[in-house]
Amino acid sequence: MDGYAIQLENFEGPLDLLLHLIKKNEMDVYDIPMAAITEQYLAILDTMKTLNLDLAGEFLLMAATLLHIKSKLLLPKIVEEELEEEEEDPRAELVRRLLEYQKYKEVSLTLDHSPQLGRDVFARVAPQPEVLEEAEAGFVAVGLYDLLEALREVIKENPEQLVHEVNMEQLSVTDRINAILSALQGKESVAFVDLFSDGIKRNEVIVTFLALLELVKLRLVRFMQNVHHGSIWLFPAVVIDENENLDVGDDSLGYS
Amino acid sequence: MIPLDTLELIQLVEALIFAADGPIKAERMAEALDTEQTEILAAIEALEVDYAERPRGFFLQEVSGGYQLRTRPEYADFLRKLGHNRPFKFSRPALESLAIIAYRQPVTRSEVEYLRGVDSGSVLKTLLEKRLIRILGKKDVPGKPMIYGTTREFLELFGLADLSALPTLREFSELMPDEENGVAGGDDEGVSLPLLIDEDVVEESSVTKP
Repeated sequence: MDGYAIQLENFEGPLDLLLHLIKKNEMDVYDIPMAAITEQYLAILDTMKTLNLDLAGEFLLMAATLLHIKSKLLLPKIVEEELEEEEEDPRAELVRRLLEYQKYKEVSLTLDHSPQLGRDVFARVAPQPEVLEEAEAGFVAVGLYDLLEALREVIKENPEQLVHEVNMEQLSVTDRINAILSALQGKESVAFVDLFSDGIKRNEVIVTFLALLELVKLRLVRFMQNVHHGSIWLFPAVVIDENENLDVGDDSLGYS
Repeated sequence: MIPLDTLELIQLVEALIFAADGPIKAERMAEALDTEQTEILAAIEALEVDYAERPRGFFLQEVSGGYQLRTRPEYADFLRKLGHNRPFKFSRPALESLAIIAYRQPVTRSEVEYLRGVDSGSVLKTLLEKRLIRILGKKDVPGKPMIYGTTREFLELFGLADLSALPTLREFSELMPDEENGVAGGDDEGVSLPLLIDEDVVEESSVTKP
């Protein structure tokens, strides 16, 4: 066999390899000679094996597909055609995939050749001063550590009572989220500590805290404090990011 | 002659684009300058005309819904010498996957893999890390697979105003002559390169439409 002195590792996958073989042999893509192409394809797989190239499963899968199509073509055409009005050429799907693959392969080359930021064109990198949002002048956003510190305070003030009791409790983050949202309703802000009323149990603290984190994640509330390490306030923030239309349902919270 | 306030507005717009941290939207400029968006767009057009008449080392490009000044591609070699950030070189799997996602979004991983005929999990992970694609959500089919789409960073990287500015996807009904499997080969022929041809740069940048 000649002509297999191709750089094997250059093939992105079985479709790429098939495209190459079909083009090289000037085969008609709509009438691929299955016997010939299968033989060549398998021969290349053999070469890859002898070269100890890591033969990806996809190549083997395609080999199986080719053999399957080939055998289908060998089967005599049965009169069943009356049932299935027009039985599709077994090669049709493969042809579609090849042409489709070729389309994206070509456009990916076009993309690669087009000017890329950081490679062909450069933009200024302007260091931006940190600017406070005007609406919250005087308030600064709360960092994670401040939030954890506040949680620690709450837990410290509500030490766990060493009483042994066994009972069923239903704590739901979703319920807590709704409770917090209704507490915020109509108000401009709520103090962080007010969410943890006196005598609140440890597990309730945790559920409340998780609910708060979820609310921040969902961008329904914002935490602000007037000075660093000052008391933390909760602001409703129903500002939907124009870029992120996250459709958040109950199940996406991961709790129920 | 141009009345002074128009001239001033043009310069203000130029200043805003110059100082912005990334592509700046016309509406943001209108807000900052307390004027109508149409005025801003007119000023941008005037700037483009100006840049076309007296070319600079940079050009104005409409990117990701905003405007940005970028150095001209033909100067890339020199700029790279400046030690500007190391260019991110695409592997072919990454490019192919990115192209498929760009044109077919929202798309699932298995759809990408079907089109490429190859496992694409790690490539998608890399693209996610590079923030060129993002998870748009989950598809409402069994297994709830993630669906992917491209990001603002993707548009910025390729200098696209929006997704409709992607190069036209050629429909093939036949096989194209083989381009000899070379992405990084640097052979530019055979592919349409709107911006790489020197004389076209200025023209290209001035055809941005509002």
